[in-house]
Amino acid sequence: MAAARTDAHERAAVPTQTVRLRLGPVVRFLTIAVILTFFLAPFLWMLLNSFKTPIEVITLPPKLVFEPTTANYENVFQSQNFGRYLVNSIVVGAGSVGIGLLIGLPAAYSIAKWDQRGVATAILLARIVPGITLLVPLFILFRQVHLVDTFASLILTHALVGLPFIVTVMVPFFKGIPVELEEAARIDGATLLQTLRKVILPISGPGIVTAAILAFVFSWNNFMFSVVLATNQTKTVPVAIYNFISYAQVDWGGLMAAAVVITLPVLVLALGTQRYIVSGLTAGAVKG
Amino acid sequence: MTEGGFADRHARWLFPAPALLFVFALMVFPILYTVWTSLTGWDLGTGRPPTFIGPGNYENLLGDERFRGAIGRTLYFTVIAVGIEVVLGVAIALILNREFRGRRFVTSILLLPMMATPVAIAMVWLLMYEPTAGIVNFVLRSLHLPTPLWIAGAESVIPALALVDIWEWTPMVVLITLAGLASLPSDPFEAAAIDGASTLQSIRLITLPLLVPTIVVATLLRLIDALKTFDIIYTMTGGGPGFSSETLNVFSYQQAFQYFSFGYASSVLVVFFAIVLSISLVFTYVRREPPSRLAVADGRR
Repeated sequence: MAAARTDAHERAAVPTQTVRLRLGPVVRFLTIAVILTFFLAPFLWMLLNSFKTPIEVITLPPKLVFEPTTANYENVFQSQNFGRYLVNSIVVGAGSVGIGLLIGLPAAYSIAKWDQRGVATAILLARIVPGITLLVPLFILFRQVHLVDTFASLILTHALVGLPFIVTVMVPFFKGIPVELEEAARIDGATLLQTLRKVILPISGPGIVTAAILAFVFSWNNFMFSVVLATNQTKTVPVAIYNFISYAQVDWGGLMAAAVVITLPVLVLALGTQRYIVSGLTAGAVKG
Repeated sequence: MTEGGFADRHARWLFPAPALLFVFALMVFPILYTVWTSLTGWDLGTGRPPTFIGPGNYENLLGDERFRGAIGRTLYFTVIAVGIEVVLGVAIALILNREFRGRRFVTSILLLPMMATPVAIAMVWLLMYEPTAGIVNFVLRSLHLPTPLWIAGAESVIPALALVDIWEWTPMVVLITLAGLASLPSDPFEAAAIDGASTLQSIRLITLPLLVPTIVVATLLRLIDALKTFDIIYTMTGGGPGFSSETLNVFSYQQAFQYFSFGYASSVLVVFFAIVLSISLVFTYVRREPPSRLAVADGRR
């Protein structure tokens, strides 16, 4: 395509290029600074206001230097009982990740090894179906078997949310394991299950950790299933923070402290495994 | 091999079986159940068991202003959000697609909006959007720019919610595009450089055409998710003011869990599911049939 450019064009391009070279780094630096500010600002605002008194939060122009108070955090844990909800979220997250791995790992191995596209499609469909289409029938179903108000209903639905992420991360991971490794074990007389337990699973550690973290984060963040299926006893953190604003006067400082408490664990987990998480999130949009 | 036992001989169906059973119980069965309930009159409030009424709920849907409004708002929200996310995301990816100090740091930051708990993030935007005490309008006022009501105004609420979605999910488009850029062949760019093409020329004439398949995939993925946006809309506005931000998702939620009219809600869900599914089918089609062009961009296939 570029070969079709005329000579005149090429010569004209030369001076522009030198200009670009001089301006380039500065413009690039400024653009990147603007991009970072846009994506970071809400986090900074959340953190800053979580340490302010109710008056300071709504004071304009906003005070950037102020005496930080931890009153909001104390309030969140003492009168709003967030410790309890954090524990609930961990229970639901861990339970759903456990189930997700238990059924997701063999399925992912099977898809990777025997190229079972139908299985892959069925599981990935769980990522596509609108949650609300499942929520109404599941609510009716769980009511009939008295599972609403229990952790079981949350753990099961959250496992469905996490399953496609576990499979998305693990299929390419299993495909990447050299066949020779497995064949060597089989020649030595190991059964398939032994090969899996002694050879495949031990070297799949990093993949499994990533899959587990991704599934845990999406369970932690899930709001729709939790808001319908959870009650006071099983409430998870997203539902708890939502209930925070349902009361008359909005306590912005407390709300921001709660937001920090909820998002901080997730962000730490995400940054810890970021390289793999990108491929898990983009769900095979680009091969590799 | 011979003494592999039962598990070895039947591994091909034993391994995926638990996951498939689980998916059937929690997804396929509920969907079929919804299709059935959508053909019944069923109000939990009346306490009467569901009665078969045929396509009655769907006929009611056609005449329901609130339903038609919800469809329109869902599309409006999705088009603004995804449109801007794709343009912005591709632009940012092109800027970041070069080695520079701190590149890893920048990509790490991009991960944060996607992973942060949406409801918590919604609360932060609620504070920032506050018409009088919020930082957004304070900045606009200082710059002598008009100060909209954001989520408190019937006209501005959808764009304001779309902006939150754009903040959350533009990074996804950036990351997909960066992966796409990394898999582009280098020869056309070298040829262009030799021919003296400027950066903008090679972006417009080489990069973007080669990126089309990646952009299409990113757009479809975002479309599927944006149509389903629930957390930020429901927690920030509950569909208000009035019904001015009530999307299909919120509408069906209200029908089911506020009015408990499960029959009617189910018919909305079937329509909603059909819309999302048809976009997903386009997605699978695009993924499965790589024209020669796509094979080039997808280098490693």
